[in-house]
Amino acid sequence: MAEPRKVRFKVNGAVREGLAEPRKLLVDFIRDDLGLTGTHIGCEHGICGACTILFNGEAARSCLMLAVQADGAELTTVEGLAAADGKLHPLQEAFWEHHALQCGFCTPGMLMTAYDLLQVNPTPTEEEIRTGLSAVLCRCTGYQGIVEAVKAAAGRMRSSS
Amino acid sequence: MPVADSDRAASRAPDPARPAGKLVGARIRRVEDRRLLTGRGSYTDDYRPGNPLYAAFLRSQDAHARIVSIDVSAARAMPGVIAVVTGAEMARVAKPMRARSTMPGYRPTSLPVLAVEKVRHVGEAMAVVVATSRYLAEDALEKIAVELEPLPPLCDVEAAANPEAPWLHDEAGSNVLVSREFAHGEITPGLNRTAPANAAVTIKERFRFRRHAAICIEPRSYVAEYNSGTGELVLHSATQCPGVVRTALAETLDIQEHLVRVVAIDVGGGFGAKSSVYPEEVAVSALARMLERPVKWTSDRREDLLTTSQGWDEVIGAELSLAADGTILELKADITADIGAYSVYPWTLAIEPVQTVSFMPGPYRVSNYWARALGVATCKAPTGPYRGVGRPVSTFVMEGLIDRAARQLGIDPAELRMRNFVRPDQFPYKTATGIVWDDAPFEELMVRARARLGYDELRAEQQRARAAGRYLGIGFAAYCELTGIGSATPAAPGMPIPAGTEAATVRVDPSGTVTAMFGVASHGQGLETTLGQVVADELEVPLAAVKVAYGDTAFAPYGTGSYASRGAVMGGGAGILAARAVREKADLIAAHLLESDPRAGKAADSQPRGVRQISLRAIAQAAYAGSKRLPKGMEPGLEATRFYDPYYGTATAAVHALALEIDPETYAIRILRYVAAEDCGRIINPLVVDGQVLGGVVQGLGAALLEQVIYDDHGQLVTGSLMDYLVPSAADVPTIITEHLEHLSPTTLGGFRGVGESGTIGAPAAVANAIADALAPLGIVPNEIPITPDWLFRAINGRRPESG
Repeated sequence: MAEPRKVRFKVNGAVREGLAEPRKLLVDFIRDDLGLTGTHIGCEHGICGACTILFNGEAARSCLMLAVQADGAELTTVEGLAAADGKLHPLQEAFWEHHALQCGFCTPGMLMTAYDLLQVNPTPTEEEIRTGLSAVLCRCTGYQGIVEAVKAAAGRMRSSS
Repeated sequence: MPVADSDRAASRAPDPARPAGKLVGARIRRVEDRRLLTGRGSYTDDYRPGNPLYAAFLRSQDAHARIVSIDVSAARAMPGVIAVVTGAEMARVAKPMRARSTMPGYRPTSLPVLAVEKVRHVGEAMAVVVATSRYLAEDALEKIAVELEPLPPLCDVEAAANPEAPWLHDEAGSNVLVSREFAHGEITPGLNRTAPANAAVTIKERFRFRRHAAICIEPRSYVAEYNSGTGELVLHSATQCPGVVRTALAETLDIQEHLVRVVAIDVGGGFGAKSSVYPEEVAVSALARMLERPVKWTSDRREDLLTTSQGWDEVIGAELSLAADGTILELKADITADIGAYSVYPWTLAIEPVQTVSFMPGPYRVSNYWARALGVATCKAPTGPYRGVGRPVSTFVMEGLIDRAARQLGIDPAELRMRNFVRPDQFPYKTATGIVWDDAPFEELMVRARARLGYDELRAEQQRARAAGRYLGIGFAAYCELTGIGSATPAAPGMPIPAGTEAATVRVDPSGTVTAMFGVASHGQGLETTLGQVVADELEVPLAAVKVAYGDTAFAPYGTGSYASRGAVMGGGAGILAARAVREKADLIAAHLLESDPRAGKAADSQPRGVRQISLRAIAQAAYAGSKRLPKGMEPGLEATRFYDPYYGTATAAVHALALEIDPETYAIRILRYVAAEDCGRIINPLVVDGQVLGGVVQGLGAALLEQVIYDDHGQLVTGSLMDYLVPSAADVPTIITEHLEHLSPTTLGGFRGVGESGTIGAPAAVANAIADALAPLGIVPNEIPITPDWLFRAINGRRPESG
């Protein structure tokens, strides 16, 4: 067991810091030390994608990173997706409208992955959406509602930008 | 208050005169979604009590071994370690679970909290470390020294069933832990006997439905707290069945049930795999009591694949005899189920094989039926209920037999099904196994499925494809399932948990808002919304006026939870009864406040009085103000608890139809079109019903094409990660077309039928039939699930697929 190190990064716009053992997973630090339990742990080996966050603006699996690796980085978790006044992000609205979630456990990872997808490709085809979302496993919805939601959100985000 | 006569009448038939509600049937987005979309859900692992401890389990790496010694002294000295408990120590404070059944031919066995004398599958827990962090607890696991004496692993189910095989459970005196034989009509028991004289064809086949895992994205998780001052135990649990867990904890830990509270607010998927009570639930509870500190354990994915109950692992010999016109003459099935190492509590190991027998005749007229079911213990994770229970396998077998018969008789497979469906004038229809279908629109479902699929055009396209050397196939699966199971037909016959009823408490708060509390609990089904729609309609209030609360035994009336597609029927029925009782009282209070007679008012203009003329808030104020403001003799307060028992249950039916094409180079299977035509009775919320069907179909497609739990000959789990156990991703599955008939149940309150399991039941059978149809020119007929490109490669290249 190595000595804990100080880590400091920006999460959802606010600077947060704490002590982390070098072996501590970033997702454990986010959930246990920062209390941001919206980011979920589904497999701890990088397959299910439930733990996906934005790491310096790009989707990343927080179960495959150590907290110390995030020192100095800028993170966004699902808690940071809606506006400060509580207004939902177009993706959240579209997920709600299209029944893109059932148990909701994969949803945070799905939302952050979809966010990244639409940043990179604002006008994805259905096939591109399905390929992009294949990084996150959902066991409830059959993905159809999620695909529809991402299509709808892409349209809404284009028309509002 | 006793159930009124009007309620009894209503439980027999929905009142056709009652106008449709405003909310039931409406496509309403879900109430629960806002918190889940913003990261504010309350899953068990999110729960953080003060001063917590973390458990980590030492798990067996051997499939079958005698425990010679366990030395935990070095582990106890590790940093942060508070306790290390072995199986023998745990046995002093927690009894093993014992899934009992009065079913003849069932041999009860014990499921210990931690293994005591021997281990029976890889992954079984032998000791537990409790430390101040999960990291430290896992560090200490490595310091435990275990000496195991290997015993022969029982990996092959048919070998394990051999009387000469070593026993896994000495107390049972056999590895065959359940044996049931069943016959109805004129039939000679056993396979390979003389076929009926008028049989034109007899199809004989050996089917293999391999082992699958539910893979809830939320792994199992439990947090226990104990207060020695009050003696109260609280368990936060990722469970589908808080009421069942509470009863089990009281029994195993010898605590009075009223001192046990089980909480399950948001649960990240269940699919049956979170409906059994697990040793870890008992373990963390025992540890919290022992240490008087909160104890948490959350499974990692490897532990989930090693220990969470698995499903459907069966070998089936089956025979179907038909007359020349396609009429089914007799059906036989000999089922051997690989139930794994233990009998799950409370459902028992018998639930899968016995339900496979019960539902094998499907939606057809089968008068002569013989079946035998064996449940055999092996050195694998226990099997338990998994979405569909028995019916994915029975449908795969029956529908496979029908398709084979259609080919031999030269009858179109859709037409052969039409000829044998239970006819509309035959309902209620009692099946050969004694199940009663209240009624079901089988023929109409087939007509709709064919139409939406574009069946005739696809057959023409198939001709062109075959001429060009392409493998294009069309497959059907029709089935009927018993849902909303009441006390007359228990989900698992003979077990001690009373599963035929559910209850609801509806309370009008002093401010006029409504709290509706249920024993059924949601793990994705949207009950917070749909049960709210039901209750709000009964009370004629907006949805926002109703808060649905569930998942906490502290306030919920007793119920066993959500499984077997029962949420809408059981929860909805109980909600209707309780809300109606409240409504009737509210009307009387309103009438009193108006100084008028509500019955006279109703007679005059047939409009319900009361709530519409006086606000619910004013009525509640009067109700809680006491007798002074109430009609003479009326009890104050405005709430009701009602229990609902649908007695037999109702029928949910579907026809799945698809077309697929097999790539002759890569053997990849591409689904061209998939239609699920189903009838779940009255639809409460189309959004939610669609979601249940779509999700179920995709889970069924995963089962059919990708997923398989594999153990090697030593009982080692080969598929121990999600890289090896393949769950479908968005890129693996097509868009599914749903078609809903809203054929109201004549037997349930509200006309609901239930929908949760439909997808996984139909998809594997339909896919297997479509692949057989595609490969008909080669004469290849798959008899197992899953059917992978590797399987196809071996079959098409003339090599027998390896069995295992």
